[in-house]
Amino acid sequence: MSFDTIVLAVCDGVAYASLVFLVAVGLTFIFGVLGVLNIAHGSFYALGAYTAVSAGIFLTKAGFSPWLTFPALFVAAIFIGAVLGGLMEKLLLQRIYDKEQVLQILVTFAIFMILENVQRLIWGVQPYFMSEPLQLLGNISLFGISYTAYQTLFLPALAVIVLLGLRYFLRHTAAGAQILAVTEDREAASAIGIDAQKVYFVTFIAGATLAALGGALAAPTTSLMPGMGAEMIVLSFAVAATAGLGQIEGAAVAALMIGLGRSLAVYLAPEFEVLVPYILMVGVLIFRPSGLFGAPQLRKI
Amino acid sequence: MMLRRLAAAAGLSLLGLFPALAQEKPAELRIGITTYTSGAASVFGIPARDAAEMFASEINARGGVQGVPVKLFFVDEGAGIETLMTEYRRLVQDQKVDVMFASISSGVCNKIAPLAEDLKVVNFMWDCGTQRILEDDKYNYVFRTQANATPEVMAPLLYLLKVKPDFKTIAVVNQDYAWGRDSWAIFSQALKVLKPDVKVVAEFFPKFGAADFSTEVSRLLALKPDVILSTSWGGDLDTFVRQANQRGLFKSSQFVLPLAESSLQRLGNDLPEGVIVGGRGDHYFLHPERIGDAKFRTFMDAFKQKTGAYPIYPVFHMAQAFSALEAVYAKAVTANGGKWPSHEQVAKAMPGLTFQALGRPIEIRADGQGIEDQLVGTTIRTPKYNFDVLDNMMIFPASKIMPAVGEKSEAWISGLKPDILNIKVDTFKHAD
Repeated sequence: MSFDTIVLAVCDGVAYASLVFLVAVGLTFIFGVLGVLNIAHGSFYALGAYTAVSAGIFLTKAGFSPWLTFPALFVAAIFIGAVLGGLMEKLLLQRIYDKEQVLQILVTFAIFMILENVQRLIWGVQPYFMSEPLQLLGNISLFGISYTAYQTLFLPALAVIVLLGLRYFLRHTAAGAQILAVTEDREAASAIGIDAQKVYFVTFIAGATLAALGGALAAPTTSLMPGMGAEMIVLSFAVAATAGLGQIEGAAVAALMIGLGRSLAVYLAPEFEVLVPYILMVGVLIFRPSGLFGAPQLRKI
Repeated sequence: MMLRRLAAAAGLSLLGLFPALAQEKPAELRIGITTYTSGAASVFGIPARDAAEMFASEINARGGVQGVPVKLFFVDEGAGIETLMTEYRRLVQDQKVDVMFASISSGVCNKIAPLAEDLKVVNFMWDCGTQRILEDDKYNYVFRTQANATPEVMAPLLYLLKVKPDFKTIAVVNQDYAWGRDSWAIFSQALKVLKPDVKVVAEFFPKFGAADFSTEVSRLLALKPDVILSTSWGGDLDTFVRQANQRGLFKSSQFVLPLAESSLQRLGNDLPEGVIVGGRGDHYFLHPERIGDAKFRTFMDAFKQKTGAYPIYPVFHMAQAFSALEAVYAKAVTANGGKWPSHEQVAKAMPGLTFQALGRPIEIRADGQGIEDQLVGTTIRTPKYNFDVLDNMMIFPASKIMPAVGEKSEAWISGLKPDILNIKVDTFKHAD
C-alpha cells in the first residue's frame, strides 16, 4: 500500500468520521447527562435531513441564491432539535426519569417508530436530495483524485468546531459547570440551587439539535430515504459504546477509528467494510467493557 | 345441538363446494397483490400500487374481466417474510382470492412459490428477478409474467459489447444482497466467456441502503476502470451516481446501469450523457414502438397526472400482470365452453399464453417463464425533458438471450458463443 493510497484513505475516512461524530456526540451527550439511551435520536437525524432539504428546495425554487441553502441546513437542525426535542423532553421524558432504564428505552423506541411513520406521511418514500451546498463548494484535487471540498474540508472543520465548542462550554462556562454538576449528582446539585429539570431540558435539546445537524449536513451528500434514521442510530450507538457512553472526546476518537477503519477496508478488503464498526466495537469492549474512555461505574445503593 | 352443528358444517362445506362444481360467474374476481409500501423498495412498490389501482378501475369501467369486476387486496412486503406468508395464507384461505400477484423481492418469491403451489392458487411473480425458481423446480401454479435476471443482465452486457467492444478493465459496485450478487455472477460469467481478456479490477458490494460511496468513488477514480457496472437501484443508485458525477468519475469510465431507467426522472441532470441504461425489459415511457399508440400515450400522461412522475418499470410489470390475467381468463373461458373456469383450468391455460401490456407482446413458456424483450439505451439530454432520456436504443429478442426451457442459466452461459453478438436487434433513435 503506497503513501498516496494511505492519504486518500485518510481523506475518505475523516470525511465519514466527521458526520458520524456529529450524530454520535449528541447521543452520548444526552446519555451522559440524562442517563437515557435515546433511540429516537435516529429520527432527529432523519427529520433534520428532510427538513433541511425541503427548506433548501423551497429557497432555490423561490429564486433565492443557492448559497442560502447553507444557513438553511443550520436553521432546519435548530428548528427540529428545539421544537421536536423540546416537546419530547417536556411531554414524555420528564415523566420517566426515575423509571427503569428498559422502560425509557422502550418509550424512546416507540417515539422513533412514530416519527419514522410521520416522516413517511410527510415526505413519502421516493428518495429526496439537495446537492447545491456540495456543488457550490466545488472540488479539490489530491494526487490527481478529486474530492468534494464539502466533505473533505467543510464537514471535518465543523466537527472540530463542535468538539472544541462542547469542551469549552462544559469546562469553562457556568452553564457547563451546572450540567457537569447535575451529571455528577442530581440531588446534590439541586440542593445547592441548580435547576436540574432545566439542565435536562437544555441538554436534551442540544443533543437532539446535534443529531438533526448531522442529518442536515449529510443531506447534500446522500439520498434521503425511509430507514435512514435506523441505520444511523445503530452506527452512532456503536460509536458511543466504543467510546464509553457519555464520553465526548471519546466519541470523536471512536468515530475517527471507525471512519478510517472503514475506508481502509474499502481499499484493502472491501468485503469487510460493513463489519468494521462492529468488529472495532467488539474488540474494544472485550478488553475494556466500559468503552475506550469509560470508567467502570459504582452502583449507588 | 350436536346435530345442528353437524348440519351447519355440512351445509358450509356444500356451500364451499358449490362454485367449484357449477362454475357460475362469481360476483367479483379477487386479486391479492404483494408490493412494498414501506422500506427502500417502496420506490418500486408505491408506483406499482398506484398503477394497479388505475388498471383495476379501468378494467371495472369496461365491465370487468369477462364480465366480472376485480377487487384488489394489497399486502406490504416490507412487513417481513413471516408476516407476509401469514397474510398470503389469509388472503388465499379466508378472503378466497382467485389469483395472487407476488412479489417484488426475489427472496419473497423464493418462499412464496412453494406456498402458492401448496395452496393451489395461481401466482404471478410480477416483478421479482431471480431466474432460479422456475429453472430449478417445476410448478403448476406459479408463473412469471415478465423476464428474469438472465436476459435482464445479458442485454446490457451485449449492448456494451456492441457499442464499446474494446474495453480492457471493469469494476462493479452492487448492493450487498441477492440481486446485487446474482446479477454480477451472471454478468461476470458471461463476460468471461465472451471477452476473456477483460480484467476485473475492483468488486464492491456496499451495504444495502448505504448512504455514502465516497471511498468507493475515490478508489475508482484511482483505478480508472474502462467500464463501471452497477445494478443498484433506488436511493443507493441515486447517491452513487451523484457522488461519482460530482467528482468526475463519469469522465474517466463508461457506466453501465441496468436498472437506471427507474432513476432517470429523480436524477435529472445529475446523470451525464453517454451512460448505458436498462430497465428490466422493454419498459420505457417513450417506448419507440409503442409511443405512436394512443392508449399507451394516454396512460403515460394519466399516470404522470396522478402521481407526478412518468411510469417506471414496476408500473410496466404491473400492467403485464393485469394483461396476463385478462388474457388467461379469456383463454380459459373459451376452453371451458364459455363457462367460468376453475382455478386449475386457469393455471392450465397459462403455458403458451400470449398477451401485450405496455411493451411488446410477451409469451409464457411451458415452464411458466415469460419471454420478454429487453430495451437498452444510452442517455442523452433534450430540451423537452428536465432529465435524461434514451438514445441509440436496442431491443433484444429475449428468446435469444436466455436459456431454453429445461436448461439452467449457468450451463447456458458457459456454453455461450461469440456469435450471440450477431443476433438481430432492432435499433431506434430518440424521437419525441
